[in-house]
Amino acid sequence: MIGKHLLSTYDLSRDQALSILDTTAELAAVSERSVKKLPTLRGRTVVNLFFEDSTRTRLSFELAAKRLSADVITFSAKGSSVSKGESLKDTALTLEAMGADAVIIRHGASGAPYRLANAGWIGGSVINAGDGTHEHPTQALLDAFTLRRHLRGGVGDLSGARVVIVGDVLHSRVARSNVRLLHTLGAHVTLVAPPTLLPVGVESWPCTVSYHIDEALPSADAIMMLRVQAERMAGSYFPSALEYSRLYGLDARRMRALPPDAVVLHPGPMNRGMEISAEVADSPRAVIVEQVTNGVNVRMAVLYLLLGGANSETPDRADKEGV
Amino acid sequence: MASVVVRSGRLYGDDVRDLVIDGDRIVDVCKPGTGAGDVVVEADGCIVLPGLVDLHTHLREPGREHAETIESGSRAAAKGGYTCVHAMANTSPVADTAGVVEQVWRRGVEAGLVDVRPVGAVTTGLRGEQLAELGAMAHSAAHVRVFSDDGLCVHDPLMMRRALEYVKAFDGVIAQHAQDPRLTEGAQMNEGELSGRLGLAGWPAVAEESIIARDVLLTEHVKSRLHVCHVSTAGSVDVIRWAKGRGINVTAEATPHHLLLTEELVETFDPLYKVNPPLRRSEDVLALRAAVADGTIDIIATDHAPHPREDKDCEWAAAAMGMLGLETALGVIAEVFVKTELMDWYQVADRMSVAPARIGAVADQGQPLAVGSVANLLVWDPRTPTEFNAGSLSSRSSNSPYLGMRFPGSVRHVLFRGRLTVREAQMA
Repeated sequence: MIGKHLLSTYDLSRDQALSILDTTAELAAVSERSVKKLPTLRGRTVVNLFFEDSTRTRLSFELAAKRLSADVITFSAKGSSVSKGESLKDTALTLEAMGADAVIIRHGASGAPYRLANAGWIGGSVINAGDGTHEHPTQALLDAFTLRRHLRGGVGDLSGARVVIVGDVLHSRVARSNVRLLHTLGAHVTLVAPPTLLPVGVESWPCTVSYHIDEALPSADAIMMLRVQAERMAGSYFPSALEYSRLYGLDARRMRALPPDAVVLHPGPMNRGMEISAEVADSPRAVIVEQVTNGVNVRMAVLYLLLGGANSETPDRADKEGV
Repeated sequence: MASVVVRSGRLYGDDVRDLVIDGDRIVDVCKPGTGAGDVVVEADGCIVLPGLVDLHTHLREPGREHAETIESGSRAAAKGGYTCVHAMANTSPVADTAGVVEQVWRRGVEAGLVDVRPVGAVTTGLRGEQLAELGAMAHSAAHVRVFSDDGLCVHDPLMMRRALEYVKAFDGVIAQHAQDPRLTEGAQMNEGELSGRLGLAGWPAVAEESIIARDVLLTEHVKSRLHVCHVSTAGSVDVIRWAKGRGINVTAEATPHHLLLTEELVETFDPLYKVNPPLRRSEDVLALRAAVADGTIDIIATDHAPHPREDKDCEWAAAAMGMLGLETALGVIAEVFVKTELMDWYQVADRMSVAPARIGAVADQGQPLAVGSVANLLVWDPRTPTEFNAGSLSSRSSNSPYLGMRFPGSVRHVLFRGRLTVREAQMA
């Protein structure tokens, strides 16, 4: 069991994280069949509650829920005239009244999923699909799954794997979730960013920190490039896109400094030419498209374990009963 | 008005005496059991203190009466042992003219439960662009002496200089909300390891400390008087200690919540703990306690900030900043200072009554428990612990972080200008 909600990678023990990855591997088999559907969550209602635009994450969850035969509704609160504070609670009460078994929430405010799960507004499971600059646990899980597949043959944990994460750590929920989860799984994480894009207190995180990407490359087993938004320049986080790209971008020259088997990850959407060059993004080392596939499977596993796990149906058994 | 005897209370937690009150004055201080009067209130085993004076209260009227009114805020104040509050200027309309401050003052007189002393805005509309009519407010019926843009910082150094200079003409004081606006854009909580982990934009200590440092130097330069609102960091304490050592005329306040609560509460993402300045580290809390005990921080002020339920019943970023404080302040101080023997009751009386009355230049408040003083006093029962809950609060709002917590004692009786406002912990 992984608990009732998935709010933060902090809440996952090594065993829980591994059980999600192992379940993902089992469910991946379903995704490779011509009929990609399991009856596990038949009759259960899953709500996609997206206060922020994120087509890829929303579609990924939607597909994951549908492959498990859940009824999926999407509630896009963007553009609602209700004030932000009222709408979260009122939306939650509405979803509760509709009998939602799980709410997948994407919200611009850090902690909003935590609030949704703990304020007593709803009784179902809450899955954090990205909250502000806080966490994005399913992204970290899909990254861990991808890394395990390439670096550890798809089994066990990530003990000893060296993962470099480069970019806007300060504003990145992906980085926060990954540092914690990869640490839990035994990997050694190095964060690389200009000092302005590292949060105060980062020295207490379970990772090492560097200001220089070139120092981190030769020993990396994997490198994850974070999206850097151009508007950060307005906040004086760095002087120009050109300077950022020159000092922290991953281009072909830097890619050659990586060990031959090292893989390149990116959570998407990419800024080609900014944090990653087109040459790198399209190279065989980039596993960025595979991350998307794994994302669906990881989200199936999370839904399965949160909602279906109580029925103690294993994916194998469900598979045999399936269509 | 009936004469009142406060029977057998320990004055400042010390000598046991009867206090006899006639009209609005204390007319006799005598051996226990010997005082005579029309009404007797028991204070046996209890502590008698001068009525508390709050230099920092948000009463929300005019403009946000659904959160608090001058009347409901006065009741909350009385229940907390206060006989005087200073109503902050960030109302709607802003208290930046003689008309508004006189209205607030009159509504306070009508409520008749505490002295309501309006605080005037420093700048028109709190916009920081132009001085408000400080002189007109000072010379109005409200006799304003404390001026503050609280909620916002007077961040323009020239504006601050002018304000400090101008109030010298009528012995006014500028109460500064020390917060550099650029360093705290979008700030949600104390900046540190925890804010980094929670992904909440940080409110760095330096944003407070740099403004205080600038302001004490300006105050020295123009030889005026500065009061620093809600000091929240250890570094601010150092700056204020340095300034006082240099002879600069600066006073400072700390709030009960900054003396008890720490930033770890933010991990709950419960906006009840969202306040400005934010809850800080335990090192800051300990530094503030030491500073209050040694007098570097002169007073306790509540920063009582009522908010309607919908402004807290939401996600963190959308929530309003602020928490209730009037009804719980003395309980927190008893817990933090008296129980731990960091301060005795004489010092509590100084930090919560005498010194704030002096800073606010309030004539009839903070007087000693002695013959001839105006009878503003409270009786604290240390044997009856208080546990606050939403139903027991007199405030219109319920955004208290102390609900469900127990404090070592309770306000039993309060006299305001010789009249019982609270008797046996109920409004009289």
